[in-house]
Amino acid sequence: MGALEKSVARPQPLTLHDIREDTGLPDARGHFGIFGGRFVAETLMQPLLELTDAYNRYLNDSDFLRELDDDLRNYVGRPSPLYHAERLSRRLGGAQILLKREDLNHTGAHKINNTIGQALLARRMGKTRIIAETGAGQHGVASATVAARLGLECVVYMGSEDIRRQALNVYRMKLLGAAVVPVESGSRTLKDALNEAMRDWVTNVDNTFYIIGTVAGPHPYPVMVRDFQAIIGREARAQCQDRCGQLPDAVVACVGGGSNAIGLFYPFINDPQVRMFGVEAAGDGIATGRHAASLCAGRPGVLHGNRTYLIEDADGQIIETHSISAGLDYPGVGPEHAWLKETGRVQYVSISDEEALQGFHDLTRIEGIMPALESSHAIAHACKLAPTMRQEEIIIVNLSGRGDKDIHTVASRQGIRL
Amino acid sequence: MSRIQACFDGLRQRGRAALVPFITAGDPHPGATVALMHTLVEAGADILELGVPFSDPMADGPVIQRASERALKHHVSLRDVILMVRDFRATDPLTPVVLMGYLNPVEVMGYEKFVMEASSAGVDGVLTVDLPPEEAGPFTTLLKDRGMDPVFLFAPTTNEERAARICAAASGFVYYVSLKGVTGASTLNVEDVAEHIRQIRRHTRLPVGVGFGVKDADTATQLARVADAVVVGSALVSAIESTAGDEARMHAAARELIGSLRAGMDTASRTA
Repeated sequence: MGALEKSVARPQPLTLHDIREDTGLPDARGHFGIFGGRFVAETLMQPLLELTDAYNRYLNDSDFLRELDDDLRNYVGRPSPLYHAERLSRRLGGAQILLKREDLNHTGAHKINNTIGQALLARRMGKTRIIAETGAGQHGVASATVAARLGLECVVYMGSEDIRRQALNVYRMKLLGAAVVPVESGSRTLKDALNEAMRDWVTNVDNTFYIIGTVAGPHPYPVMVRDFQAIIGREARAQCQDRCGQLPDAVVACVGGGSNAIGLFYPFINDPQVRMFGVEAAGDGIATGRHAASLCAGRPGVLHGNRTYLIEDADGQIIETHSISAGLDYPGVGPEHAWLKETGRVQYVSISDEEALQGFHDLTRIEGIMPALESSHAIAHACKLAPTMRQEEIIIVNLSGRGDKDIHTVASRQGIRL
Repeated sequence: MSRIQACFDGLRQRGRAALVPFITAGDPHPGATVALMHTLVEAGADILELGVPFSDPMADGPVIQRASERALKHHVSLRDVILMVRDFRATDPLTPVVLMGYLNPVEVMGYEKFVMEASSAGVDGVLTVDLPPEEAGPFTTLLKDRGMDPVFLFAPTTNEERAARICAAASGFVYYVSLKGVTGASTLNVEDVAEHIRQIRRHTRLPVGVGFGVKDADTATQLARVADAVVVGSALVSAIESTAGDEARMHAAARELIGSLRAGMDTASRTA
């Protein structure tokens, strides 16, 4: 509580009960069925066990939860609105589309819900240095932002290929005081940045906290990131009930690693009447092999500390993925999604680059909202889904980020140089 | 008795520590590996560690990662690595060979198929870097059933509780990672290593090997006084990298490095 605070009635603080749904998963070692777990070198086991202990402790600490809640309101700008895209819904002539406006968060995407949580945890654990991996740069920016806010040293690993493609975000991170380290190994993209961040963590574990940006990685990361992102679905659920007097009939979110999707889905997981759609990146089309749809076209394997669906060759080597959206360009996916696919609770579908671009243009022109290319995949699928549903039915789409960062990509697709 | 156990028993009788060189299979090209393995044995290696190339070697430093990348340019698969061991075995029935790699290629091949093919090719041990004992149960059982040793890592951060768990799962030998960090990282502190090895010996009678950070004969000599085996990886792989393209120089460089470590370690063991 800062010097400005007066003793006034405060909103009801968050409790563990609000955060966790009754699914009994994962187990104590982070398994969702056969998926998840901790597949790491011995060097990382003890740090992961310590992190798990600390996380479980602070998840029951009302002081920590109050601090998190306060930052989410006053720094991130939550709750984010649930906006009725009326003109778009009317055009499509079916279900009503509601957009969960994560694009209006500080830094322009859902990523900060998680980085603020992990950074507060890092500070409580006495760590003075945070590291992060980033692909498009959104998670890097969100990590650099909270590091600046908390006065922590910040190092962001980024593939040199991505650095070239995302110059704006690289400069943004540097302005925020972060060091951006180019990764020259492997395919020089997100997966290699993750490898490099893991290597840094192993080496500097005494003072360093590794903020993973998605629901992948070894336990406890998938569950921790889910818990921090689940505020999206908790708010959306309450907002939908307040406004429409019912739960949505369907929820739709894009899936790369899957953090915005699990954040939206998780609070509806025990509401069987709510259909769920995770939208993967089909890139040039699944049949071309140039895509990033691990759940739709991959198979189970072990990468980055967990068992999940992967895009790999016949020998088990991880292969390069492709998507117009850098944030979906990842060869794995969170293990809880793998589990939700197996159980059939969530239906995973895919949207191509072309379809996503159409979604981008449609939302921009019809609603005056420019979505991130990641979120455009979810929009594009909702546009297919809505006409198959009745007008009184409701679809919530997670608008996970804003599209400003993608304007160069969109322009170059149209042959325009800015 | 397994080849690994026989090897350590023999060395113990002679008061020697095992010298265990690591190379990545298929580096710098698939045809080079079997000949290199023989050269390493001739130069004084007791056990060979053969790295299975993987696209995402999270626990390895840049040197071994580049070796993986060179091998993968030739699409060296887990099956190819097993065939290299079979070729090596055709003329060397004694020197134990341990495969070291990551889990995913084994997951794709299938655990049962892998242990069958590896054991019939003459593989003696398997160190799966990203498979801690908590996740290793069924795989460990399959390996032991086919007479192969599951080798596990110890880290400076491993506490007593985990030490007991690791020792219960391991056979053949255990491998102490002498640094926080990745393979080939900076220098190591021998005093510190000695203390950790004493801790490990409280939990197991298995031989204890030390690796990650062994750069020269001096370090190897000091480690041979406290450990049962000294693993040298990045220094050897660097030598291979810098001579790639010239087979004669590559073999000479490997022979020289291993020979100098062997000579140093033998003086150490005698004074132990």
